[in-house]
Amino acid sequence: MSARTTVAPASGPRLFNPTIAGITLRGLLGRRRSLLLIPLPLVLIALSLLVRTGNVPTKDALQVVVTGLGVAVILPLTALIIGTSVLGSEIDDGTIVHILAKPVARREIVLTKYLIAAVVSGLVAGVSLLIAGTIVASVSVGVGFAVAGLIGAFVYSALFVLASLVIRRAVLVGLAYILLWEGLLGNVLDGTKVLSVQKYVSEFAATFSGSSLVHGPMSLILAIVMSAVLTVGALLIAVDRLRSFSMAGETS
Amino acid sequence: MSIGTEPATKPAAPAEAATLELSTVSKWYGNVVAINDVSMRLGPGVTGLLGPNGAGKTTLLHMMAGMLAPSRGTVRIAGQPAWRNPDVYRYLGLVTERENVHGFLTAREFIRASAKLQRLPDVSAATQRALEMVDLVDAADRRIETYSKGMRQRARVAAALVHDPQVLLLDEPFNGMDPRQRMHMMDLLHRMASAGRTVLFSSHILEEVEQLSGTVQVIVAGRLAASGDYRKIRRLMTSRPHEFVLASSDDRALAVALMAEDSVAGVELTGGHASRGVPEGGIKVRASDYGRFTRALPRIAKERGIRLSAVVPADESLESVFSYLVGAK
Repeated sequence: MSARTTVAPASGPRLFNPTIAGITLRGLLGRRRSLLLIPLPLVLIALSLLVRTGNVPTKDALQVVVTGLGVAVILPLTALIIGTSVLGSEIDDGTIVHILAKPVARREIVLTKYLIAAVVSGLVAGVSLLIAGTIVASVSVGVGFAVAGLIGAFVYSALFVLASLVIRRAVLVGLAYILLWEGLLGNVLDGTKVLSVQKYVSEFAATFSGSSLVHGPMSLILAIVMSAVLTVGALLIAVDRLRSFSMAGETS
Repeated sequence: MSIGTEPATKPAAPAEAATLELSTVSKWYGNVVAINDVSMRLGPGVTGLLGPNGAGKTTLLHMMAGMLAPSRGTVRIAGQPAWRNPDVYRYLGLVTERENVHGFLTAREFIRASAKLQRLPDVSAATQRALEMVDLVDAADRRIETYSKGMRQRARVAAALVHDPQVLLLDEPFNGMDPRQRMHMMDLLHRMASAGRTVLFSSHILEEVEQLSGTVQVIVAGRLAASGDYRKIRRLMTSRPHEFVLASSDDRALAVALMAEDSVAGVELTGGHASRGVPEGGIKVRASDYGRFTRALPRIAKERGIRLSAVVPADESLESVFSYLVGAK
Protein backbone atom coordinates (compact mmCIF):
# COMPACT_ATOMS: atom_id res chain seq x y z
CA MET A 1 0.00 0.00 0.00
CA SER A 2 1.42 3.42 -0.88
CA ALA A 3 2.12 6.08 1.71
CA ARG A 4 -0.48 8.26 0.10
CA THR A 5 -3.23 5.80 0.98
CA THR A 6 -2.28 5.73 4.64
CA VAL A 7 -2.31 9.48 5.06
CA ALA A 8 -5.60 9.94 3.20
CA PRO A 9 -8.16 11.59 5.49
CA ALA A 10 -10.39 8.94 7.08
CA SER A 11 -13.50 11.00 6.48
CA GLY A 12 -12.88 11.59 2.78
CA PRO A 13 -15.12 9.73 0.35
CA ARG A 14 -13.51 6.45 -0.63
CA LEU A 15 -14.70 4.59 -3.66
CA PHE A 16 -12.49 1.53 -3.58
CA ASN A 17 -11.35 -0.71 -0.76
CA PRO A 18 -8.37 -2.99 -1.50
CA THR A 19 -9.17 -5.34 1.42
CA ILE A 20 -12.70 -5.98 0.19
CA ALA A 21 -11.42 -6.25 -3.38
CA GLY A 22 -8.92 -8.94 -2.36
CA ILE A 23 -11.49 -11.02 -0.51
CA THR A 24 -14.01 -10.63 -3.33
CA LEU A 25 -11.52 -11.67 -5.98
CA ARG A 26 -10.35 -14.72 -4.03
CA GLY A 27 -13.93 -15.72 -3.34
CA LEU A 28 -14.87 -15.25 -6.98
CA LEU A 29 -12.03 -17.31 -8.40
CA GLY A 30 -12.44 -20.02 -5.79
CA ARG A 31 -16.12 -20.55 -6.46
CA ARG A 32 -17.19 -23.56 -8.49
CA ARG A 33 -19.61 -21.41 -10.46
CA SER A 34 -16.64 -19.57 -11.95
CA LEU A 35 -15.59 -22.73 -13.79
CA LEU A 36 -18.50 -21.97 -16.13
CA LEU A 37 -16.45 -19.06 -17.39
CA ILE A 38 -13.91 -21.32 -19.09
CA PRO A 39 -16.01 -23.12 -21.74
CA LEU A 40 -17.94 -20.03 -22.88
CA PRO A 41 -15.02 -18.20 -24.58
CA LEU A 42 -13.66 -21.48 -25.93
CA VAL A 43 -16.94 -22.19 -27.74
CA LEU A 44 -16.86 -18.69 -29.27
CA ILE A 45 -13.28 -19.06 -30.49
CA ALA A 46 -13.92 -22.56 -31.85
CA LEU A 47 -16.97 -21.39 -33.80
CA SER A 48 -15.04 -18.40 -35.14
CA LEU A 49 -12.35 -20.74 -36.45
CA LEU A 50 -15.04 -22.94 -37.97
CA VAL A 51 -16.74 -20.15 -39.94
CA ARG A 52 -13.34 -18.80 -40.94
CA THR A 53 -12.27 -22.08 -42.51
CA GLY A 54 -15.76 -22.62 -43.99
CA ASN A 55 -17.04 -20.60 -46.89
CA VAL A 56 -19.13 -18.15 -44.89
CA PRO A 57 -19.17 -14.48 -45.95
CA THR A 58 -17.41 -12.28 -43.36
CA LYS A 59 -20.46 -10.08 -42.82
CA ASP A 60 -22.68 -13.08 -42.00
CA ALA A 61 -19.99 -14.64 -39.82
CA LEU A 62 -19.70 -11.43 -37.80
CA GLN A 63 -23.47 -11.19 -37.51
CA VAL A 64 -24.07 -14.76 -36.43
CA VAL A 65 -20.98 -15.70 -34.43
CA VAL A 66 -19.41 -12.55 -32.98
CA THR A 67 -22.61 -10.56 -32.44
CA GLY A 68 -25.11 -13.44 -32.17
CA LEU A 69 -23.05 -15.55 -29.81
CA GLY A 70 -20.32 -13.29 -28.43
CA VAL A 71 -22.24 -10.09 -27.76
CA ALA A 72 -25.70 -11.58 -27.23
CA VAL A 73 -24.82 -14.65 -25.13
CA ILE A 74 -21.23 -14.86 -23.87
CA LEU A 75 -20.89 -11.26 -22.68
CA PRO A 76 -24.16 -11.11 -20.68
CA LEU A 77 -23.76 -14.66 -19.30
CA THR A 78 -20.24 -13.89 -18.09
CA ALA A 79 -21.41 -10.67 -16.50
CA LEU A 80 -24.36 -12.51 -14.92
CA ILE A 81 -22.26 -15.26 -13.39
CA ILE A 82 -19.73 -12.81 -11.98
CA GLY A 83 -22.08 -9.94 -11.16
CA THR A 84 -24.36 -12.11 -9.05
CA SER A 85 -21.38 -13.75 -7.33
CA VAL A 86 -19.46 -10.78 -5.95
CA LEU A 87 -22.19 -9.68 -3.55
CA GLY A 88 -25.06 -12.13 -3.98
CA SER A 89 -23.12 -15.23 -2.96
CA GLU A 90 -21.91 -13.54 0.21
CA ILE A 91 -25.46 -12.52 1.04
CA ASP A 92 -26.67 -16.08 0.43
CA ASP A 93 -24.08 -17.72 2.66
CA GLY A 94 -24.08 -14.99 5.31
CA THR A 95 -20.41 -14.03 5.02
CA ILE A 96 -21.41 -10.51 3.96
CA VAL A 97 -22.01 -9.75 7.65
CA HIS A 98 -18.26 -9.74 8.30
CA ILE A 99 -17.88 -6.92 5.81
CA LEU A 100 -21.05 -5.05 6.74
CA ALA A 101 -20.23 -5.00 10.48
CA LYS A 102 -17.38 -2.60 9.82
CA PRO A 103 -17.29 1.19 9.70
CA VAL A 104 -17.03 1.15 5.91
CA ALA A 105 -19.34 3.30 3.78
CA ARG A 106 -21.82 1.16 1.88
CA ARG A 107 -20.93 3.05 -1.28
CA GLU A 108 -17.36 1.88 -0.90
CA ILE A 109 -18.47 -1.77 -0.57
CA VAL A 110 -20.83 -1.66 -3.56
CA LEU A 111 -18.41 0.19 -5.84
CA THR A 112 -15.48 -2.09 -4.96
CA LYS A 113 -17.48 -5.21 -5.65
CA TYR A 114 -18.95 -3.69 -8.79
CA LEU A 115 -15.53 -2.75 -10.07
CA ILE A 116 -14.21 -6.28 -9.53
CA ALA A 117 -17.25 -7.75 -11.32
CA ALA A 118 -17.04 -5.32 -14.24
CA VAL A 119 -13.29 -5.64 -14.76
CA VAL A 120 -13.22 -9.44 -14.53
CA SER A 121 -16.21 -9.96 -16.83
CA GLY A 122 -14.94 -7.20 -19.12
CA LEU A 123 -11.60 -8.99 -19.39
CA VAL A 124 -13.12 -12.42 -20.03
CA ALA A 125 -15.68 -11.18 -22.56
CA GLY A 126 -13.41 -8.53 -24.06
CA VAL A 127 -10.53 -10.92 -24.76
CA SER A 128 -12.95 -13.49 -26.21
CA LEU A 129 -14.48 -10.88 -28.52
CA LEU A 130 -11.05 -9.57 -29.51
CA ILE A 131 -9.91 -13.04 -30.58
CA ALA A 132 -13.22 -13.91 -32.27
CA GLY A 133 -13.44 -10.59 -34.14
CA THR A 134 -9.82 -10.89 -35.28
CA ILE A 135 -10.29 -14.45 -36.52
CA VAL A 136 -13.52 -13.73 -38.37
CA ALA A 137 -12.66 -10.30 -39.82
CA SER A 138 -9.65 -8.23 -38.79
CA VAL A 139 -7.74 -6.90 -35.79
CA SER A 140 -9.53 -3.54 -35.94
CA VAL A 141 -12.92 -5.27 -35.91
CA GLY A 142 -11.70 -7.41 -33.03
CA VAL A 143 -10.59 -4.35 -31.08
CA GLY A 144 -13.91 -2.63 -31.79
CA PHE A 145 -15.87 -5.56 -30.39
CA ALA A 146 -13.51 -5.89 -27.42
CA VAL A 147 -13.92 -2.24 -26.39
CA ALA A 148 -17.68 -2.47 -26.88
CA GLY A 149 -17.73 -5.66 -24.79
CA LEU A 150 -15.74 -3.97 -22.04
CA ILE A 151 -18.24 -1.11 -21.87
CA GLY A 152 -21.10 -3.61 -21.98
CA ALA A 153 -19.57 -5.49 -19.04
CA PHE A 154 -19.67 -2.29 -16.95
CA VAL A 155 -23.36 -1.77 -17.74
CA TYR A 156 -24.41 -5.41 -17.24
CA SER A 157 -22.42 -5.72 -14.03
CA ALA A 158 -24.19 -2.74 -12.46
CA LEU A 159 -27.56 -4.31 -13.29
CA PHE A 160 -26.65 -7.78 -12.04
CA VAL A 161 -24.98 -6.57 -8.83
CA LEU A 162 -28.18 -4.66 -8.08
CA ALA A 163 -30.31 -7.69 -9.00
CA SER A 164 -28.36 -9.89 -6.57
CA LEU A 165 -29.08 -7.39 -3.80
CA VAL A 166 -32.81 -7.02 -4.34
CA ILE A 167 -33.94 -10.34 -5.85
CA ARG A 168 -33.56 -13.72 -4.25
CA ARG A 169 -33.33 -15.58 -7.56
CA ALA A 170 -31.19 -13.04 -9.35
CA VAL A 171 -29.53 -15.57 -11.67
CA LEU A 172 -32.90 -16.78 -12.98
CA VAL A 173 -34.22 -13.27 -13.44
CA GLY A 174 -30.99 -12.28 -15.18
CA LEU A 175 -31.25 -15.28 -17.50
CA ALA A 176 -34.84 -14.35 -18.33
CA TYR A 177 -33.72 -10.82 -19.15
CA ILE A 178 -30.90 -12.02 -21.38
CA LEU A 179 -32.79 -14.77 -23.19
CA LEU A 180 -36.38 -13.49 -23.30
CA TRP A 181 -36.13 -9.71 -23.30
CA GLU A 182 -32.89 -9.17 -25.20
CA GLY A 183 -32.77 -12.43 -27.14
CA LEU A 184 -36.38 -13.01 -28.13
CA LEU A 185 -38.28 -9.72 -27.89
CA GLY A 186 -35.23 -7.72 -28.95
CA ASN A 187 -35.39 -9.33 -32.36
CA VAL A 188 -39.17 -9.10 -32.71
CA LEU A 189 -40.14 -5.77 -31.21
CA ASP A 190 -38.00 -2.86 -32.32
CA GLY A 191 -39.05 -0.72 -29.34
CA THR A 192 -37.31 -2.97 -26.80
CA LYS A 193 -33.88 -1.92 -28.02
CA VAL A 194 -33.99 1.24 -25.90
CA LEU A 195 -33.78 -1.03 -22.86
CA SER A 196 -31.44 -3.62 -24.31
CA VAL A 197 -27.78 -3.52 -23.27
CA GLN A 198 -27.06 -5.94 -26.11
CA LYS A 199 -28.18 -3.32 -28.63
CA TYR A 200 -26.00 -0.64 -27.02
CA VAL A 201 -23.00 -2.96 -27.27
CA SER A 202 -23.75 -3.70 -30.94
CA GLU A 203 -23.91 0.04 -31.58
CA PHE A 204 -20.59 0.60 -29.80
CA ALA A 205 -19.02 -2.28 -31.75
CA ALA A 206 -20.14 -0.74 -35.04
CA THR A 207 -18.73 2.63 -34.01
CA PHE A 208 -15.39 1.41 -32.65
CA SER A 209 -14.64 -1.15 -35.36
CA GLY A 210 -15.13 1.48 -38.04
CA SER A 211 -16.00 -1.27 -40.48
CA SER A 212 -18.85 -1.21 -42.98
CA LEU A 213 -19.36 -4.89 -42.22
CA VAL A 214 -20.82 -4.12 -38.78
CA HIS A 215 -24.10 -2.22 -38.56
CA GLY A 216 -25.33 -0.48 -35.42
CA PRO A 217 -28.98 -0.91 -34.50
CA MET A 218 -29.60 2.48 -32.90
CA SER A 219 -28.24 6.00 -32.48
CA LEU A 220 -24.86 6.23 -30.75
CA ILE A 221 -25.99 9.09 -28.52
CA LEU A 222 -28.95 7.08 -27.27
CA ALA A 223 -26.70 4.09 -26.57
CA ILE A 224 -24.26 6.25 -24.58
CA VAL A 225 -26.98 8.01 -22.60
CA MET A 226 -28.89 4.81 -21.81
CA SER A 227 -25.72 2.97 -20.77
CA ALA A 228 -24.79 5.80 -18.42
CA VAL A 229 -28.29 6.13 -16.98
CA LEU A 230 -28.69 2.39 -16.32
CA THR A 231 -25.23 2.02 -14.79
CA VAL A 232 -25.38 5.03 -12.49
CA GLY A 233 -29.02 4.41 -11.58
CA ALA A 234 -28.43 0.74 -10.73
CA LEU A 235 -25.41 1.58 -8.58
CA LEU A 236 -27.21 4.35 -6.69
CA ILE A 237 -30.08 2.01 -5.88
CA ALA A 238 -27.66 -0.76 -4.91
CA VAL A 239 -25.84 1.51 -2.43
CA ASP A 240 -29.14 2.56 -0.90
CA ARG A 241 -30.34 -1.06 -0.65
CA LEU A 242 -27.13 -2.15 1.04
CA ARG A 243 -27.51 0.64 3.60
CA SER A 244 -30.81 -0.93 4.59
CA PHE A 245 -29.50 -4.48 4.50
CA SER A 246 -31.54 -6.59 6.91
CA MET A 247 -30.50 -9.88 8.38
CA ALA A 248 -33.11 -12.58 8.69
CA GLY A 249 -34.34 -13.22 12.21
CA GLU A 250 -34.73 -16.54 13.93
CA THR A 251 -35.60 -19.34 11.59
CA SER A 252 -37.04 -21.75 14.16
CA MET B 1 -41.64 -8.38 40.16
CA SER B 2 -39.64 -5.28 40.82
CA ILE B 3 -36.17 -5.77 39.53
CA GLY B 4 -34.41 -2.71 38.24
CA THR B 5 -32.27 -2.47 35.17
CA GLU B 6 -29.11 -1.36 36.88
CA PRO B 7 -25.73 -1.69 35.16
CA ALA B 8 -24.06 -5.00 35.70
CA THR B 9 -21.07 -3.88 37.69
CA LYS B 10 -21.03 -0.48 39.30
CA PRO B 11 -23.77 2.13 39.14
CA ALA B 12 -23.14 4.54 36.32
CA ALA B 13 -22.62 8.19 37.09
CA PRO B 14 -25.63 10.22 35.99
CA ALA B 15 -23.64 11.99 33.29
CA GLU B 16 -22.39 8.72 31.82
CA ALA B 17 -24.62 7.50 29.01
CA ALA B 18 -25.44 3.83 28.60
CA THR B 19 -23.33 2.27 25.87
CA LEU B 20 -26.26 0.25 24.58
CA GLU B 21 -29.70 1.74 24.79
CA LEU B 22 -33.03 0.52 23.45
CA SER B 23 -36.06 2.71 23.85
CA THR B 24 -39.52 1.25 23.20
CA VAL B 25 -38.27 -0.96 20.41
CA SER B 26 -40.79 -3.07 18.53
CA LYS B 27 -40.44 -5.15 15.41
CA TRP B 28 -43.24 -6.67 13.45
CA TYR B 29 -43.49 -8.60 10.21
CA GLY B 30 -46.94 -7.99 8.75
CA ASN B 31 -49.31 -9.03 11.50
CA VAL B 32 -46.72 -10.95 13.47
CA VAL B 33 -45.11 -9.09 16.34
CA ALA B 34 -41.56 -10.36 16.87
CA ILE B 35 -40.43 -7.81 19.46
CA ASN B 36 -42.90 -5.91 21.57
CA ASP B 37 -41.97 -2.62 23.20
CA VAL B 38 -38.59 -3.50 24.66
CA SER B 39 -36.55 -0.88 26.51
CA MET B 40 -33.22 -1.44 28.17
CA ARG B 41 -30.04 0.43 29.06
CA LEU B 42 -26.85 -1.52 29.41
CA GLY B 43 -23.51 -0.35 30.69
CA PRO B 44 -20.19 -2.08 31.28
CA GLY B 45 -20.34 -5.73 32.38
CA VAL B 46 -21.64 -9.04 31.08
CA THR B 47 -25.36 -9.32 30.47
CA GLY B 48 -27.16 -12.47 29.39
CA LEU B 49 -30.07 -12.21 26.99
CA LEU B 50 -32.06 -15.23 28.01
CA GLY B 51 -35.12 -16.74 26.43
CA PRO B 52 -36.54 -19.85 24.81
CA ASN B 53 -35.98 -20.54 21.13
CA GLY B 54 -38.12 -18.31 18.95
CA ALA B 55 -38.59 -15.70 21.68
CA GLY B 56 -37.01 -12.98 19.57
CA LYS B 57 -33.46 -12.92 20.94
CA THR B 58 -31.84 -12.98 17.51
CA THR B 59 -34.24 -10.38 16.14
CA LEU B 60 -33.40 -8.13 19.09
CA LEU B 61 -29.65 -8.68 18.65
CA HIS B 62 -29.86 -7.91 14.96
CA MET B 63 -31.61 -4.64 15.74
CA MET B 64 -28.96 -3.82 18.36
CA ALA B 65 -26.30 -4.53 15.74
CA GLY B 66 -27.88 -2.23 13.16
CA MET B 67 -28.63 -5.15 10.89
CA LEU B 68 -32.40 -4.84 11.16
CA ALA B 69 -34.64 -1.78 11.27
CA PRO B 70 -36.91 -1.46 14.31
CA SER B 71 -40.54 -1.00 13.27
CA ARG B 72 -40.81 1.46 16.15
CA GLY B 73 -38.39 2.83 18.72
CA THR B 74 -34.67 3.45 18.57
CA VAL B 75 -31.46 1.57 19.26
CA ARG B 76 -28.38 3.55 20.22
CA ILE B 77 -24.81 2.34 20.53
CA ALA B 78 -22.47 4.74 22.32
CA GLY B 79 -25.07 7.43 21.77
CA GLN B 80 -25.36 6.87 18.02
CA PRO B 81 -28.31 5.36 16.17
CA ALA B 82 -27.53 1.82 15.06
CA TRP B 83 -29.68 1.64 11.93
CA ARG B 84 -28.21 2.81 8.61
CA ASN B 85 -25.13 4.09 10.37
CA PRO B 86 -21.96 2.07 9.65
CA ASP B 87 -20.00 4.35 12.01
CA VAL B 88 -21.40 2.46 15.03
CA TYR B 89 -19.19 -0.50 14.10
CA ARG B 90 -16.23 1.47 15.46
CA TYR B 91 -17.75 0.87 18.89
CA LEU B 92 -19.47 -2.45 18.23
CA GLY B 93 -18.33 -6.02 17.69
CA LEU B 94 -20.83 -8.58 16.46
CA VAL B 95 -20.68 -12.38 16.53
CA THR B 96 -23.72 -13.77 14.77
CA GLU B 97 -25.19 -17.21 15.29
CA ARG B 98 -24.78 -18.09 11.64
CA GLU B 99 -21.23 -19.27 11.55
CA ASN B 100 -20.25 -18.85 7.92
CA VAL B 101 -16.90 -17.25 7.29
CA HIS B 102 -14.81 -16.84 4.18
CA GLY B 103 -13.38 -20.35 4.53
CA PHE B 104 -10.62 -19.81 1.98
CA LEU B 105 -8.92 -17.34 4.32
CA THR B 106 -6.67 -18.35 7.19
CA ALA B 107 -7.70 -17.07 10.60
CA ARG B 108 -4.84 -14.56 10.49
CA GLU B 109 -5.94 -13.25 7.09
CA PHE B 110 -9.55 -13.09 8.22
CA ILE B 111 -8.76 -11.16 11.40
CA ARG B 112 -6.24 -8.99 9.59
CA ALA B 113 -8.93 -8.07 7.04
CA SER B 114 -11.20 -7.06 9.93
CA ALA B 115 -8.42 -4.91 11.40
CA LYS B 116 -7.85 -3.24 8.03
CA LEU B 117 -11.55 -2.61 7.50
CA GLN B 118 -11.60 -1.03 10.97
CA ARG B 119 -8.73 1.17 9.72
CA LEU B 120 -6.64 0.41 12.79
CA PRO B 121 -3.24 2.12 12.97
CA ASP B 122 -1.25 -1.06 13.69
CA VAL B 123 -2.98 -3.90 11.88
CA SER B 124 -0.40 -6.61 12.62
CA ALA B 125 -0.27 -5.92 16.36
CA ALA B 126 -4.06 -5.83 16.64
CA THR B 127 -4.34 -9.11 14.71
CA GLN B 128 -1.80 -10.82 16.93
CA ARG B 129 -3.48 -9.53 20.09
CA ALA B 130 -6.89 -10.80 18.93
CA LEU B 131 -5.44 -14.21 18.02
CA GLU B 132 -3.86 -14.46 21.45
CA MET B 133 -7.07 -13.45 23.19
CA VAL B 134 -8.95 -16.39 21.69
CA ASP B 135 -6.00 -18.77 21.96
CA LEU B 136 -5.76 -19.39 18.23
CA VAL B 137 -2.14 -18.46 17.53
CA ASP B 138 -1.00 -22.01 16.75
CA ALA B 139 -3.67 -22.60 14.12
CA ALA B 140 -3.68 -19.03 12.79
CA ASP B 141 -2.12 -19.86 9.45
CA ARG B 142 -4.48 -22.67 8.55
CA ARG B 143 -7.50 -22.11 6.34
CA ILE B 144 -10.66 -21.57 8.37
CA GLU B 145 -12.50 -24.24 6.36
CA THR B 146 -10.27 -26.85 8.05
CA TYR B 147 -11.35 -25.67 11.52
CA SER B 148 -13.67 -27.35 13.99
CA LYS B 149 -16.86 -25.57 14.92
CA GLY B 150 -15.38 -24.24 18.15
CA MET B 151 -12.24 -22.93 16.45
CA ARG B 152 -14.31 -21.25 13.79
CA GLN B 153 -16.32 -19.60 16.53
CA ARG B 154 -13.15 -18.32 18.18
CA ALA B 155 -11.89 -16.93 14.89
CA ARG B 156 -15.14 -15.04 14.50
CA VAL B 157 -14.92 -13.72 18.05
CA ALA B 158 -11.34 -12.57 17.41
CA ALA B 159 -12.44 -10.74 14.28
CA ALA B 160 -15.25 -9.07 16.23
CA LEU B 161 -13.00 -7.76 18.99
CA VAL B 162 -9.89 -6.89 16.98
CA HIS B 163 -10.73 -3.17 17.36
CA ASP B 164 -11.40 -3.53 21.12
CA PRO B 165 -15.04 -2.43 20.83
CA GLN B 166 -16.97 -0.80 23.67
CA VAL B 167 -19.88 -3.11 23.00
CA LEU B 168 -19.65 -6.77 22.07
CA LEU B 169 -22.79 -8.63 20.98
CA LEU B 170 -22.74 -12.42 20.70
CA ASP B 171 -25.62 -14.58 19.50
CA GLU B 172 -25.55 -18.03 21.15
CA PRO B 173 -21.73 -17.96 21.45
CA PHE B 174 -21.43 -21.28 23.27
CA ASN B 175 -23.18 -23.41 20.69
CA GLY B 176 -20.90 -26.19 19.52
CA MET B 177 -18.16 -25.50 22.06
CA ASP B 178 -16.72 -28.19 24.27
CA PRO B 179 -16.51 -27.50 28.04
CA ARG B 180 -12.90 -26.33 27.90
CA GLN B 181 -13.56 -23.90 25.04
CA ARG B 182 -16.65 -22.75 26.89
CA MET B 183 -14.62 -21.97 30.02
CA HIS B 184 -12.08 -20.13 27.94
CA MET B 185 -14.75 -18.06 26.22
CA MET B 186 -16.45 -17.23 29.51
CA ASP B 187 -13.12 -16.14 30.91
CA LEU B 188 -12.54 -13.94 27.87
CA LEU B 189 -15.93 -12.27 28.17
CA HIS B 190 -15.34 -11.64 31.86
CA ARG B 191 -11.99 -10.05 31.13
CA MET B 192 -13.60 -7.75 28.56
CA ALA B 193 -16.29 -6.83 31.06
CA SER B 194 -13.81 -6.01 33.78
CA ALA B 195 -11.94 -3.84 31.30
CA GLY B 196 -15.09 -1.72 31.13
CA ARG B 197 -16.69 -3.20 28.02
CA THR B 198 -20.38 -3.91 27.58
CA VAL B 199 -20.82 -7.57 26.68
CA LEU B 200 -24.23 -8.96 25.76
CA PHE B 201 -24.71 -12.58 24.80
CA SER B 202 -27.86 -14.53 24.05
CA SER B 203 -28.61 -18.01 25.25
CA HIS B 204 -31.50 -20.36 25.74
CA ILE B 205 -29.59 -22.35 28.37
CA LEU B 206 -30.05 -21.21 31.95
CA GLU B 207 -26.81 -22.69 33.20
CA GLU B 208 -24.71 -20.72 30.72
CA VAL B 209 -26.21 -17.51 31.95
CA GLU B 210 -25.81 -18.59 35.54
CA GLN B 211 -22.08 -19.18 35.14
CA LEU B 212 -21.34 -16.08 33.17
CA SER B 213 -23.52 -13.27 34.09
CA GLY B 214 -24.75 -11.32 37.04
CA THR B 215 -27.35 -9.50 35.03
CA VAL B 216 -29.94 -10.95 32.72
CA GLN B 217 -32.59 -9.72 30.36
CA VAL B 218 -35.24 -12.38 29.90
CA ILE B 219 -37.15 -12.32 26.63
CA VAL B 220 -40.32 -14.35 26.24
CA ALA B 221 -42.54 -14.13 23.16
CA GLY B 222 -40.95 -10.86 22.08
CA ARG B 223 -41.40 -9.10 25.42
CA LEU B 224 -38.94 -8.25 28.13
CA ALA B 225 -40.24 -10.59 30.83
CA ALA B 226 -37.69 -9.83 33.51
CA SER B 227 -34.47 -7.94 33.84
CA GLY B 228 -31.92 -7.43 36.51
CA ASP B 229 -29.86 -9.50 38.88
CA TYR B 230 -29.65 -13.15 37.94
CA ARG B 231 -29.93 -14.47 41.51
CA LYS B 232 -33.27 -12.78 42.10
CA ILE B 233 -34.67 -14.24 38.92
CA ARG B 234 -33.23 -17.62 39.69
CA ARG B 235 -34.88 -17.59 43.12
CA LEU B 236 -38.17 -16.78 41.47
CA MET B 237 -37.67 -19.67 39.10
CA THR B 238 -36.86 -22.23 41.79
CA SER B 239 -39.69 -21.16 44.07
CA ARG B 240 -42.35 -21.68 41.42
CA PRO B 241 -44.63 -24.73 41.83
CA HIS B 242 -43.51 -27.85 40.01
CA GLU B 243 -45.86 -30.44 38.60
CA PHE B 244 -45.21 -34.17 38.56
CA VAL B 245 -47.24 -37.03 37.18
CA LEU B 246 -46.90 -40.17 39.29
CA ALA B 247 -48.07 -43.72 38.85
CA SER B 248 -47.99 -46.26 41.65
CA SER B 249 -49.38 -49.50 42.93
CA ASP B 250 -51.96 -47.56 45.02
CA ASP B 251 -52.60 -44.07 43.67
CA ARG B 252 -55.31 -43.17 46.17
CA ALA B 253 -53.28 -44.09 49.25
CA LEU B 254 -50.29 -42.21 47.84
CA ALA B 255 -52.44 -39.15 47.21
CA VAL B 256 -53.66 -39.14 50.81
CA ALA B 257 -50.12 -39.45 52.15
CA LEU B 258 -48.80 -36.71 49.88
CA MET B 259 -51.50 -34.25 50.94
CA ALA B 260 -50.07 -34.37 54.44
CA GLU B 261 -46.73 -33.09 53.19
CA ASP B 262 -45.83 -29.40 53.51
CA SER B 263 -44.03 -29.36 50.20
CA VAL B 264 -47.17 -30.45 48.32
CA ALA B 265 -49.61 -27.78 47.22
CA GLY B 266 -52.13 -29.97 45.48
CA VAL B 267 -52.92 -33.52 44.38
CA GLU B 268 -55.26 -34.66 41.67
CA LEU B 269 -56.32 -38.17 40.74
CA THR B 270 -56.10 -38.12 37.00
CA GLY B 271 -57.17 -41.64 36.11
CA GLY B 272 -55.65 -40.75 32.80
CA HIS B 273 -54.80 -42.93 29.87
CA ALA B 274 -51.39 -44.36 29.33
CA SER B 275 -49.08 -41.80 27.80
CA ARG B 276 -45.45 -40.59 27.85
CA GLY B 277 -44.28 -43.55 29.85
CA VAL B 278 -47.02 -43.07 32.45
CA PRO B 279 -49.24 -46.11 32.86
CA GLU B 280 -53.01 -45.87 33.15
CA GLY B 281 -54.30 -44.23 36.31
CA GLY B 282 -51.86 -41.93 38.03
CA ILE B 283 -51.93 -38.73 40.05
CA LYS B 284 -50.81 -35.23 39.35
CA VAL B 285 -48.92 -33.51 42.16
CA ARG B 286 -48.18 -29.82 42.48
CA ALA B 287 -45.08 -29.36 44.61
CA SER B 288 -44.40 -25.95 46.11
CA ASP B 289 -40.83 -26.88 46.99
CA TYR B 290 -39.00 -28.92 44.42
CA GLY B 291 -36.13 -30.07 46.62
CA ARG B 292 -38.16 -31.10 49.65
CA PHE B 293 -40.78 -32.86 47.59
CA THR B 294 -38.30 -34.94 45.64
CA ARG B 295 -36.70 -36.06 48.91
CA ALA B 296 -40.03 -36.77 50.59
CA LEU B 297 -41.59 -38.82 47.81
CA PRO B 298 -39.44 -41.97 48.03
CA ARG B 299 -39.63 -41.90 51.83
CA ILE B 300 -43.44 -41.75 51.80
CA ALA B 301 -43.71 -44.53 49.23
CA LYS B 302 -41.41 -46.72 51.28
CA GLU B 303 -43.24 -46.11 54.53
CA ARG B 304 -46.60 -46.99 53.01
CA GLY B 305 -45.33 -49.92 51.01
CA ILE B 306 -46.42 -48.29 47.77
CA ARG B 307 -44.45 -49.10 44.65
CA LEU B 308 -43.80 -46.12 42.37
CA SER B 309 -43.83 -47.06 38.69
CA ALA B 310 -43.42 -43.58 37.17
CA VAL B 311 -42.34 -40.12 38.26
CA VAL B 312 -42.50 -37.66 35.39
CA PRO B 313 -41.90 -33.94 35.84
CA ALA B 314 -44.68 -32.31 33.85
CA ASP B 315 -43.41 -28.84 33.19
CA GLU B 316 -39.64 -28.85 33.27
CA SER B 317 -39.24 -27.33 29.84
CA LEU B 318 -37.53 -23.98 29.70
CA GLU B 319 -40.59 -22.55 28.02
CA SER B 320 -42.70 -23.25 31.07
CA VAL B 321 -40.08 -21.67 33.31
CA PHE B 322 -40.17 -18.59 31.15
CA SER B 323 -43.92 -18.44 30.90
CA TYR B 324 -44.07 -18.70 34.67
CA LEU B 325 -41.81 -15.66 34.81
CA VAL B 326 -44.11 -13.77 32.48
CA GLY B 327 -47.07 -14.62 34.68
CA ALA B 328 -45.17 -13.51 37.76
CA LYS B 329 -44.35 -10.12 36.35
